[in-house]
Amino acid sequence: MKRLLILGGGTAGTMMANKLAPVLEDSEWQITLVDQEETHYYQPGFLFIPFGIYNRNDVIKPKRDFFPSNVEAIISPIEEIQAAENRVKLTNGKVLKYDLLIIATGSQIAPEETEGLTGEGWHKNIFDFYTLKGAESLRQFLKFWDGGKMVVNIVEMPIKCPVAPLEFVFLADWYFTEQGIRDKVEIELVTPLPGAFTKPIAAKFLGQFLEKKNIRLTTDFNAARVDGANNKLYSWDEKAIDYDLLVTIPTNMGAEVIGKSGLGDDLNFVPTDKHTLQSKAHENIFVIGDATDLPSSKAGSVAHFEAEILFENVLRYIEGRPLKSAFDGHANCFIESGFGKGILIDFNYDVEPLPGKFPLPGVGPFSLLQETRMNHWGKMTFRWVYWNLLLKGAEFPIEAQMSMAGKKRQ
Amino acid sequence: MAAKTLAGKTVEVNDEGFLLNPDDWSEEMAPELAKEEGIDELTEQHWKIIRFIRQDFKEKGQIPTIRRIKNAGGVPIKDLYQLFPEGPVKKAAKIAGLGKPQGCV
Repeated sequence: MKRLLILGGGTAGTMMANKLAPVLEDSEWQITLVDQEETHYYQPGFLFIPFGIYNRNDVIKPKRDFFPSNVEAIISPIEEIQAAENRVKLTNGKVLKYDLLIIATGSQIAPEETEGLTGEGWHKNIFDFYTLKGAESLRQFLKFWDGGKMVVNIVEMPIKCPVAPLEFVFLADWYFTEQGIRDKVEIELVTPLPGAFTKPIAAKFLGQFLEKKNIRLTTDFNAARVDGANNKLYSWDEKAIDYDLLVTIPTNMGAEVIGKSGLGDDLNFVPTDKHTLQSKAHENIFVIGDATDLPSSKAGSVAHFEAEILFENVLRYIEGRPLKSAFDGHANCFIESGFGKGILIDFNYDVEPLPGKFPLPGVGPFSLLQETRMNHWGKMTFRWVYWNLLLKGAEFPIEAQMSMAGKKRQ
Repeated sequence: MAAKTLAGKTVEVNDEGFLLNPDDWSEEMAPELAKEEGIDELTEQHWKIIRFIRQDFKEKGQIPTIRRIKNAGGVPIKDLYQLFPEGPVKKAAKIAGLGKPQGCV
């Protein structure tokens, strides 16, 4: 019996288990999935928690509900991946040999990478919203806040869901307006990027929204340390920004076990072929989702498009056929812009977000690089789609590779 | 695409002045490229970083990140910002004759 081992039962790992379980011969292959946590988090929902739009129950479900019955699921932290021996050692002492390994261990925030960030202000007037705990603590803070200066800072790139900080400031503008205190709140987005977003046309488009909503944008700011006693954020070249409330998007890193096993780069992301999703170092290891070092967005939609290509490549690898170099970096992101509206962007490694209609060219119902109510409903409906279709590996009416149909070149 | 003359040799550069072909570069070009970036004199510390990123680029095929220069090159981030103000990796890569570092997405 051969073993296909999946490390990580988040969005990417769960999708792979669901796609592979029905097609791999039970008498030949055992699929085993390892994760350290029982709970599956709908991470895109964390954004809504600070504003009281979602609560904990909207974003958690048991992981086991989403694993196919013929997949062996083990809940345990991973001690070490011993790639040279084709085996993985778990913290509970168990050793799992594998024939094919899929790494889907994701990424997480590492606030301790920034001096002073987790010091005295942490979860008092400094919050993250990339963890459930951070988002819930921020909810409690905002309930009683009567205004001041809110600084939203991206410490360094890459981050999971690069549009989330923008969505956060848009939703904050809306929330404070509804609370009747918008005139008492100053909002400033502080980023290491040269603009509001990574790609020029979208950066310009989204930059106009910031201006319209009276949100200040400070670019090219590389955060070095936080002085929690004096509420100051410093850059490496000693520029200082005052805050009353600091919402931080800390350094994002891959799983610690990746670094410990010698499989990662300096941020513990696994060097991966950007078109086949095969690990650069070991041919029987494949990598998917946030765990890769690909120059694509770290987002569920990317993992979803990757899953279709990886599914094909795992089968090809097993049958000894050449891999398909088909992943194009496709990402598709709804951006909540507040007041019940949203923006949609669709792009890949080579084509930046362009205006148009999606998914049906000329029809929609969604509009690319435009603010519409329909886009907002797309985002809100997505939670249902995520739990009921996406995790289960269902086919979508959207191609894995980005399409130029319906897009307008500028 | 444009061409310019550095240390007596004509090289191809992009519209921001980054060399298109890292093999065109020689150490004599570095002081001229540094001046374009507002660095009047290249000290031994500058050279340590320039040599490290050239070497790392040769081995890994990509320009090292600031974190890699810290971890593998042993240069504190604070020093990097003092040596190459504002955008250390971008400036050092330009002076070292490498392309523009890949932006993040």
